[in-house]
Amino acid sequence: MKISRFANFIYTLLFILISIIMVIPVLFVVIISLSSERSIALNGYAFIPAEFSLSAYSYLWQVSGFIGRAFFNSLFITVAGTILGLFIVIPYGYALSLREFRHRNFFTVFAIIPMLFSGGLVASYMVNTQIYHLANTYLSLLLPIACSSFYIFISRTWFSTSLPHELIDAGRIDGATELQIFSGLVLPLAKPLIATIGLFFTFGYWNSWYEALLYIDSNHTDLYTLQYMLISIERQVSSLAKNEQYLGVDSLTSLPTDSVRMAIVVVIVIPITMAFPFFQKYLISGLTMGALKD
Amino acid sequence: MRTERNRVKLNRRWKKTSIMTFVIPGALWFLMFSYIPMFGVLMAFKNYRYRPGKGFVYSLLTSSNAGLANFRFLFRSPDILNIIRNTFLYNVVFIVLGATLPVCLAIMLTRLYSRILAKTAQTVMFLPHFLSWTVVSYFLFAFLSTDKGLINRIITQNGGEPVLWYQREIFWPFILVLVHTWKIVGYQTVIYLAAIHGIDASLYESARVDGATPFKQTMYITVPLLKPVVGMLLLLNTAHILNSDFGLFYQVTRNSGQILSVTQTLDVYVYKALTESAIYGYSTAVGFFQNIFGCLFLVIANGIIKKISPESALF
Repeated sequence: MKISRFANFIYTLLFILISIIMVIPVLFVVIISLSSERSIALNGYAFIPAEFSLSAYSYLWQVSGFIGRAFFNSLFITVAGTILGLFIVIPYGYALSLREFRHRNFFTVFAIIPMLFSGGLVASYMVNTQIYHLANTYLSLLLPIACSSFYIFISRTWFSTSLPHELIDAGRIDGATELQIFSGLVLPLAKPLIATIGLFFTFGYWNSWYEALLYIDSNHTDLYTLQYMLISIERQVSSLAKNEQYLGVDSLTSLPTDSVRMAIVVVIVIPITMAFPFFQKYLISGLTMGALKD
Repeated sequence: MRTERNRVKLNRRWKKTSIMTFVIPGALWFLMFSYIPMFGVLMAFKNYRYRPGKGFVYSLLTSSNAGLANFRFLFRSPDILNIIRNTFLYNVVFIVLGATLPVCLAIMLTRLYSRILAKTAQTVMFLPHFLSWTVVSYFLFAFLSTDKGLINRIITQNGGEPVLWYQREIFWPFILVLVHTWKIVGYQTVIYLAAIHGIDASLYESARVDGATPFKQTMYITVPLLKPVVGMLLLLNTAHILNSDFGLFYQVTRNSGQILSVTQTLDVYVYKALTESAIYGYSTAVGFFQNIFGCLFLVIANGIIKKISPESALF
């Protein structure tokens, strides 16, 4: 199934080009964050700035109060959310894979229906704020995305295809309780699955902003995550820009400078970019399992 | 003896029910965050009015019935048809692109001589999938900002007039399709790649013995065997034909008012109706319409797919 040398040459060029297009925005933002304010004022955002400067990062380091808090919040909801999500998804998927689970069909359908039908944004918003009173709490950033039917079915597929069920039977004959079997036998074997689902949750929480947009108001800046801080800065910039003629240019100086904003983007993106190639194996196995039907 | 047997029986029953403990956290979550909000759909049929101090449920149940008034309003609003058109058309473009471009890229990747390049390209293409729309909107802004953006800098350096990108609607259908493709094409390619790797290698072996060219092998082995995967992804997407990626249409466009006529989708509209004008009944009705239509579309698409390629049908 070898293609001709010429075709290979064309494909090679094409994929080099695509790869460049994929990384260039990331690279560009890194460069802007390293450009001095003066060179941005002079040349705009440029790939080769007139002057490099680390001032954006030293600013981030110094203003650790506000931005440090957001960084801490992002980190906290990522860790707490991943643990919470695994705690919900993995046991559920495991139970669905057990043939001897009497209510298996019921709980399978129970997880499928939310994939097809939902009350919609307004209903969720009202229930979350009016009944559960989640607005302006850490829980509002954690709970609404702590479970996903998709992840449950990935887990179920994994448990029913990759777990030796004789082992579970052996455990039962030895008189172990279901809980003992799960924690002592199943979980140690399920490390690849836990890694996969855990990574999905980690990326999901680290990247989440929609919950903050809905549930955190501007009086609770202490709950802002890095992602949401970028959104709120952008909103302030655009509302200032709209009113520029009344306020004068000075009002913009109270906001983080261009390079600082881009440095926040870099702080968000770099951990993902660095970590992701190492975990790719797990991510791909999860995605393809999700695309499988059984 | 009897008590002994009873205990064994009891033990067994306990063991069976104890599997229940595994589903409790998830079942609770579904109940709280999926099923209870479903009753909120009632709002679409009510003139919801909040009664201070009485709570949401009481207020909802005691609000007067609106019948289908919220839905009638839906078709009278002049904007809504335009918004439905936007949502629908963007999805059609995304679906068509998603069923073709990544399939080609995946096939081409498997044909590259250099494994290192194939692996690197795959990794790099996959990356944007793991970046948030917030971040992507800043990426785009670095290129399109009116006064500092790279593109306007290049234009002005060559003597042109700077373009107000975030205010010119004519560019946005292209920009949004481009940005969406940039973010998602790698992810889709990875899925198709996995499907290609799952194809039995002996098929290609015998095709080569019979003298089939690489192109013929692609057309007669790879493409037909990928059809079920393509079909299933297509099906899942049609169920969301009236849903849209809120981040793409709200964040990436910077919620710019001047380009709304080509960028506003139903999800953005509902979000704004909720947060900016707090019109609950109406925005719930829009969401309900979206949902019912999605289910309907899924059933129809499933029926069609079942005729063409039965193995990719969902039910």
